[in-house]
Amino acid sequence: MSRHVVAPTSEIAPGERKLFTVKGRPVAIFNLGGQYYGMLNRCPHQGGSLCEGIVTGLLQSSMPGEYIYSREGEIVRCPWHGWEFDIRTGQSYCDPEKIRSKSYAVTAEHGADLVEGPFVAETIPVRIEEDYIVVEM
Amino acid sequence: MISAGAIDCDIHPSIPGITALLPYLPGHWSTMVQTRGMDDLNSMSYPANAPLTARTDWRPASGKPGGSLGQIQRECLDGFGTSIAICNCLYGVQLLFAEDMAVAFARAVNDWTRCELLDRDPRLRASIVIPIQSVERSVDEIERCATDPRFVQVLLLASGDQPLGKRVYWPIYAAAQRHGLPIGIHAGSSYHNPPTAVGWPTYYTEDYVAQAQAFQSQLTSLICEGVFNRYPDLKVVLLESGWTWLPAHLWRLTKYWRGLRMEIPWVDRSPADIVRSNVRLSLQPTDGPPDRVSMERIIEHMKSNELLLFSTDYPHWQFEGTNALPADLPASLMRQIMVDNPRATYARLLEPVA
Amino acid sequence: MSVQIRPTAAATSSSRLAVADCDIHPAVRAETDLDPWLSQRWRDHRTTFNAGRRIGMQAGPAYPKSQPNASRRDAQPPEGGRQGSSLSFMQIQHLDPNNVKLGILNPLGSGQGMSNPDLSAAICHATNEWQLAEWTGKDRRLKASVVVPYEDAAASAAEIRLWAGHPDFVQVLVLSRTAEPLGNRRYWPIYEAAAEANLPVAVHAFGYGGSPITSTGWPSHYIEEMTGHAQSSQAGLTSLVIEGVFERFPDLRMIMVEAGFAWAPSLMWRLDKAWKTLRAETPHLKLSPSEYIRRQVWWTTQPMEEPDPREHLLDTIGWIGWDRLLFATDYPHWDFDDPAHVLPLKISEAQRQQFLIGNAQAVYGMVA
Repeated sequence: MSRHVVAPTSEIAPGERKLFTVKGRPVAIFNLGGQYYGMLNRCPHQGGSLCEGIVTGLLQSSMPGEYIYSREGEIVRCPWHGWEFDIRTGQSYCDPEKIRSKSYAVTAEHGADLVEGPFVAETIPVRIEEDYIVVEM
Repeated sequence: MISAGAIDCDIHPSIPGITALLPYLPGHWSTMVQTRGMDDLNSMSYPANAPLTARTDWRPASGKPGGSLGQIQRECLDGFGTSIAICNCLYGVQLLFAEDMAVAFARAVNDWTRCELLDRDPRLRASIVIPIQSVERSVDEIERCATDPRFVQVLLLASGDQPLGKRVYWPIYAAAQRHGLPIGIHAGSSYHNPPTAVGWPTYYTEDYVAQAQAFQSQLTSLICEGVFNRYPDLKVVLLESGWTWLPAHLWRLTKYWRGLRMEIPWVDRSPADIVRSNVRLSLQPTDGPPDRVSMERIIEHMKSNELLLFSTDYPHWQFEGTNALPADLPASLMRQIMVDNPRATYARLLEPVA
Repeated sequence: MSVQIRPTAAATSSSRLAVADCDIHPAVRAETDLDPWLSQRWRDHRTTFNAGRRIGMQAGPAYPKSQPNASRRDAQPPEGGRQGSSLSFMQIQHLDPNNVKLGILNPLGSGQGMSNPDLSAAICHATNEWQLAEWTGKDRRLKASVVVPYEDAAASAAEIRLWAGHPDFVQVLVLSRTAEPLGNRRYWPIYEAAAEANLPVAVHAFGYGGSPITSTGWPSHYIEEMTGHAQSSQAGLTSLVIEGVFERFPDLRMIMVEAGFAWAPSLMWRLDKAWKTLRAETPHLKLSPSEYIRRQVWWTTQPMEEPDPREHLLDTIGWIGWDRLLFATDYPHWDFDDPAHVLPLKISEAQRQQFLIGNAQAVYGMVA
């Protein structure tokens, strides 16, 4: 693992995201209200560019006809098939029952041991050092 | 080889004719039938003389196939050696457009079934025919018949006015769940819509083949509308559907669900999981592959041994002789299909019948 | 919202296997793009009265899509215009990096199924001219479909005969949800003309024929419609078989597009069983339904089924035949299949080649 200074924090405003190439790999960095999160820019389903998807909230429901919309801005949807990924954890909501049974550490390290089937996007740990976005890969 | 205790989940006694229902039609309806010169309610889903409607050796010299208790006992119950058979009456009540008339006929059919069949052979059970033209009156009919434990299911047709998952139908599911009655969706159409997804077919053969697609559409609707979220204990049985279409259908529906979840956010379990917990399918016809290895593969694709329920579909012509169990079905599944799965699906079958 | 420009096209095409994409959707930037080939009368009519399509909406689909124009969100051309309207962007984003050696154009929303038959014919013809001028004439990898006003079979046959023999047109396009099932005799002049011209007929999911989109009425949701294309196409294929289209036109090739394919084995088994029992109804059929289908029907692969475990798909493809599937991406639609990820299974090189390009070359009569 090595440390890469990617960009000044000012380059990604809150609510925005940007694509970088780090160590030859495409990394999408999101700014959620001043906190920065990284994700490998490849949907685990068929490889769609997550950075080009739409960022939305999460729509949930406990009963037909009920719509509970929350977490605006915290979910990225793959631009292709629309799979929903939690920007912070990489966890997909495309199969909600499978998610409820698992818990993930928020500070996800990247690596093969965390990628479970097609339902988790590979997150990249991001740090801020003196107004710079730093990733470890 | 039929197991001891085998349960036949789909047989079709015939109502001999509209005159047989006259004693059971309430109020003025009996008079109306006669003064208006009403025809027998025979659905085009099974043309009277079409080969599939009745196997040759089950066609009586006169009268309808399965039209007398003696025929049913001889040819079906004794013929296959089953311990119980569930009667799904396909008299064309659903074809009518007038609610009140439909209610009268549904009651008459259920009362006829009770008196002429259930009262006369303790091996017989029946589905409640409901006047789907009125959801409210359908609930009434379920309440009326559910007190008799020999009614073990609520009967619907595979093609009606609207997809069955629509909320307008939910009071029926509430009543069914309340009484522990599965919903039996049987092949056939009310013909209130064209019987295929692309209009009216030319040939009966097309109509019959289209039944499999009707079940696919209904399953999609029930799952996507959230019927099983709202009624988690509800069991739905797909009767005479062909069943081998199920795996491919679930692959497609599940794939789309993953990307389109936001449209139906209450569906929080994979459609495939929902089917495995809440949906069952009767055995005949088996639209099966021509060889044993392929049959084993399609069974594997089903991913559950709990789905199939034994049925003969008597007197429809789906097989020869007593070969109601497809020869290529794995022997290890036979007993489960014939006994365990039906008993698990129809709780009322376990109740003693006075 | 500012999003980093998409990464430069990976120069990986040579490392990817060559593919035939049998379902690409080019789009007009504006309705007026067809004006060079439309008379003033039809331009005015279209503007003033719009086009009845047997649904209620003046514009857009009966069931709202899940993403704008049902497209990938990254398929917006940088110069503007609808997804799929820019050839240059299609080349950069899809044709080049995915090593598309043969791309079949299926222009949707091009007048098919419109209630006014003359308007329908005019727009279909204009669309055919447009395909040549803007697409196949500019990128030789692309081939066109003869778009026909299928509810008017005579006009459709005329349009087919007009283009028969033109090297850029490789098939006839109809939609799956027709006013009557596709095998109905009213459509036979289309098949006659197509067979005569040695052009396959591609049946693409969608269209509005006037019937509810299921045999049991109109469902509520877009997801039900999308799942339902399998039922519509099964009904159409059943009709084609049972009405005897394949018996009457033994050289006709039909391609079922964008309705999936995993439903095919069960349908073939069901058709054979029902036909066997009810044979007396269809004395015109000399072969079993599955024999006709194996002889004359192909399927495009998108949307690719994703069973769990994936290996179940190998059974299904085995039952259909490795020679019957034609790879497609459905670019630029959202349920796009990426050729590099579409078939993550251990198969032979021969099978993969067939799947990705060989079968298409055979069906379209191209040199490999």
